[in-house]
Order: sequence, then structure tokens, then C-alpha cells
Amino acid sequence: VSVPWSRVAIYGVLTAFALLYLMPIYVLLVTGLKSFDEVSLRQMWDLPSGLHFDSFKDAFKALDSNLANSFKMVIPATVISCFLGSINGYILTKWRFPGSDVLFFFLLFGMFIPYQSVLIPLVETMQRLHLYGSLWGLVLTHVVYGIPITTLIFRNYYTNVPTDLVEAAKIDGASLTGIYTQIIFPLSLPGFVVVAIWQFTSIWNDFLFAATITSNPGIQPVTVALNNLAGSYIVEWNVQMAGALIAALPTLIVYVVLGRFFMRGLMAGALR
Amino acid sequence: MTTVTRGRFRSRAIHAFHVLTSERATAIGLIVPSFFAVLIFVYGFIAWSALVSVSEWDSVRPDYTYVGLDNFRDLFQNFRFQIDIRNTVVFTLFFVVACLALGFILAALLDRGIRGEGFFRSIYLFPMAVSFIVTGVVWRWLLAPRAGVNILAEKAGLSSLKYEWYTDPDVVYVHESSRLGEALDAIGVGFLADPNYGIPLAMISVVIAATWQMSGFVMVMYLAGLRAIPDELKEAARMDGATEMQVLRHVSLPLLRPVTLAAMIILGHQSLKIFDLVVSMTQRGPGFATDVPALFMFETTFQGNHFARGASISIVMLLTVSILIIPYLWWSLRREARL
Repeated sequence: VSVPWSRVAIYGVLTAFALLYLMPIYVLLVTGLKSFDEVSLRQMWDLPSGLHFDSFKDAFKALDSNLANSFKMVIPATVISCFLGSINGYILTKWRFPGSDVLFFFLLFGMFIPYQSVLIPLVETMQRLHLYGSLWGLVLTHVVYGIPITTLIFRNYYTNVPTDLVEAAKIDGASLTGIYTQIIFPLSLPGFVVVAIWQFTSIWNDFLFAATITSNPGIQPVTVALNNLAGSYIVEWNVQMAGALIAALPTLIVYVVLGRFFMRGLMAGALR
Repeated sequence: MTTVTRGRFRSRAIHAFHVLTSERATAIGLIVPSFFAVLIFVYGFIAWSALVSVSEWDSVRPDYTYVGLDNFRDLFQNFRFQIDIRNTVVFTLFFVVACLALGFILAALLDRGIRGEGFFRSIYLFPMAVSFIVTGVVWRWLLAPRAGVNILAEKAGLSSLKYEWYTDPDVVYVHESSRLGEALDAIGVGFLADPNYGIPLAMISVVIAATWQMSGFVMVMYLAGLRAIPDELKEAARMDGATEMQVLRHVSLPLLRPVTLAAMIILGHQSLKIFDLVVSMTQRGPGFATDVPALFMFETTFQGNHFARGASISIVMLLTVSILIIPYLWWSLRREARL
């Protein structure tokens, strides 16, 4: 069997690009796994002599409380976001009222604004609410600015749930909450997964809000702490690399395990 | 239908009508919190920022004395902001073109019935799952002049290819006294022969890192677009003797125009807001070569306490993004309504 050269070329190009995209991960891994005396810029590309976890230990020690902060912020924010989005999407598709499309457009715009244009009032407001510098302030921020995207994804999702089903239940006198709990919610699992992944990833990866609202290192999420770590001249660069990998791990795991849903969220949230 | 069931049906319908009106109130009641949250945190805060941008607030203490558009006038004369505008234009152009080209090439290759397509796709896409901060930290080391890519080039015997990356303070621009500069002057655009209309070389490094992160996303968009093109169209072109390249060029590419537009809008509006990557990778760069409006805004507001100036930068950013997004949103919502 002869393989046409063009096929070989295509696979060659695809593989070359794959290696290029994986290059940063390779450097992260080999640097993180080197022992401290092996680490030098000249040997950046060399494989480690063995598996040394010293860099990871140091990086973890520096970041562990911030990782905990990130989880404490991301989990409640994601859960609340999911339910808000689900309810909004449900109402905007199955209980449409005059002006509901305008309302949708009104909500949607919040997705595209540069958040710089709300930062100063946000800080002022958080200070007045005594939420400045607290994880709950960040949770509130992420939930509110997550409303547009979560509503959008659920609205698109519920558009595909047959309206006849809901109309029939309405004629039978089922209530709004009854229809939600008995018909809509049980059908919503894929929507919830997509939205949860989307919110988890974008809140975990957020830097701007975290850096603005939390000045106290004790409650900073991991992105801010990593940036401080990387900006420090005392911290060895192998520890910085190990820290970067640790900070990226939760979202990378989500991506590897639930990649299919990640892609769907990406397409829905394309316009961010 | 018998009279009995018809009567039952009517009473049920009346009952349903009453339920509906009260249920509609519940519906509106449930969406009201989101409405107010967005009204206050998005629209209210934008208005508030706008108010700060026309105020005198220049210290820790708020001062809402009205000064008109003075802050904006000062801003556009500000040396750093002028450089930021140049940098944003350069970054946007290079970043959008690089992502579109790379995304399209990868999608076109993957669309050729590749074994292991899912595998390749997830490799090209995984950078999307990573924070810009992580990307910045890694690429800062990869493109450090004495490390990373330069060492790789040296090992391959290509030392001459060594490049200063993001530490390079050079700006490529048309010199006034050069022949091109004189030609520009002759046609009345001599002002273009100025570093403010040049390309800061350090910015290329940021473009590389950002493209690494975002090109996979463009690939996914193009791939979805390519899959939506009916096979008959391509088949017809092949029957007429078109090569695969010609099919791509003359059949697929024109049909992918909406995808290209959407990708351009998404990438463009992202590059106008770029912040995290610059913070973690290069910060201002040599001679502000990698400075961007978002960074200027953040530093001047929260480190320099120049709140009015920071607010005016943010309003300029908002207007720029809105010019891009509002027509597009309107267009896509209308298209959705037509479908």
C-alpha cells in the first residue's frame, strides 16, 4: 500500500505544530522536575537526571493557601452562577414576556465591556459594603459579571428543549416552579456542565478582579500569588515554573476530563 | 368531542389563564435580581466611571468637581498613552492576522479526514484552558534573551538568529530623512515618519504568547465552519477539475467569511482589553514598548491614585470596544431572529 506523499506531509505539519504547542508544557515539566543544582538556563531543554519534586514542594508551600483561596472563591461562585443562569435562561425562553428580548440584549452587553470601565466604582462599592479585600467580594463580583454569559449559554440550551412540552404543562395548570423542577431541571445536566466548566475556568483564571479587590496576600487567589511569585527576584525560576504548573493544573484537569463540554462552552461564549 | 369534555377543557383553560398571569409575575420576579445586578454593576458603574472621568479626582480622596473633557484632552497628549495606542494597534494587527492564519491552516489540515483528529485538536486547543498569567510566566522564560528559544537556536547552530525578544527597545519606523520618509512627506502624510507610527519589536514576543493561547480557538471556529459547508458544493468543484487547494480557495474560503468576521471581532476586542498577559510577561517593556492602555489604567489608578485619568482611559477603552461589538451584536441577533 503506498501512502501518498501529501498525506505524509499533512501529518508531518500537524505533528510539528503539536510539538510547538506542547513546547511550553515540556519546559514547565522538565524544569519543575529538576533538582536545584541541575537548574541553569543553559540546560533549560535537557531532561532532568531523575524525578526531583523539590521545586514543586517549594512552589506548593508558597501557593497552598492561595490555591485554597481560589477553590473557596470558585466553587460558590460557580454554583450560584449556574443556578442564576439556568433560571434566567428558562424564563427568557419559556416564559417570554413583552420586552424579554430587549432584556436579553441588555444583559448580554455586560459580557463584552472592558472591566476596567467598572473597576473604580466596583472598588468604591466593595469598600462601602465591607466586602473589599474579601473572598465573598470576589464571589459577588464574579457572579454578577457572569450573569450575561451564563444566561446566554442556558438560553441557547433551553431553546432546544421543545416548547410544546412546556406549553402542555402550562395548560395542565403546572406552575412555573413546577415546570422547572419537573421538566426543565432534569433535562439541564449538559447545560449545567458546560456553564460550570466555563465559569470554573474563567473565574479560576481571572487576574484583573482578584488583583483589584484583594490587596491582602492572605486572601489572594492563586493567579495573583503566582504573578507575585514570578515577579520576585529571590524566587528561583524552577520554582516559578513549578508554581505555574500547579496553578494551571485544576483547569487543565477539567479540560482533559471534560474537553467535549469545554469546547461547547467555548463556542457559546465565543464572544468574550 | 362531547360537551362534557369541552366544558372541562374550558374550565381548565380559564384556570390556566389565571395561573399564567400570576406565573408571569413570578417569572418577572425571578429575573428582576439579575436585571438589577446588571443595571447597577454594568450600566450604573459605567455611568459612575464616566462621572469620574470628567472630574478632578486626582488623589486618595474622591473629588467630583466637574472639569469637562479636560482629562481626555490631557490623555491624548500624554506621551505614555500615545505609545499605548501605537502598541495596541500593532498588537491587534499582528495578533489577529497570526491567529486567523494559524487557525485556518490547522483547521484546513484537520478537515482532510485525519486519523487522530481529536487528539491533534485537543493539543492545539489546550492553551485556552490556561490562565494568561501562567502563559506569561512560561513565555517570559522561553523568550528570555539568555534562555529558552535562543539557546535552542544556538544548539541548532543558528546563533545568528538570536533575538532580543521582549527586551529589545527598538522601534521599526520610517525615518524622516529616508527616501520613503520624504515620499510620505511629499504626499502630505509626513507625520507618519515617526516612532509613534512604528512597530515596537518587543511587542512581537507578546503576540507570540497570545497567539499560542488563542489560535486553537480560531481553529475550532474554522473547523465548525468547514464542517457546515455542504459536501456537494466541494464535490461539484472537484468534478470540474479543481484541486484541493482551489476548492479551499474558491469554495470554502468565501463561505467562511462570517466565521472570519466573528473571529476577527472576538480577537480584536480581546486585544483591546489585553492586560494579564502583559502584566505577567513583560510589564511596560523597554521604553514602554509593551505597555497597553489596560496596564496604564491599572497603574495610574490604583498605584498613582490618578482616578480621573484612570477613569478616562477606561472610558476610551469602553468606547473602542463598543464600536466593534455593538454593530456585531446587533447583526448576529438579527441573523438569529431571521433563522
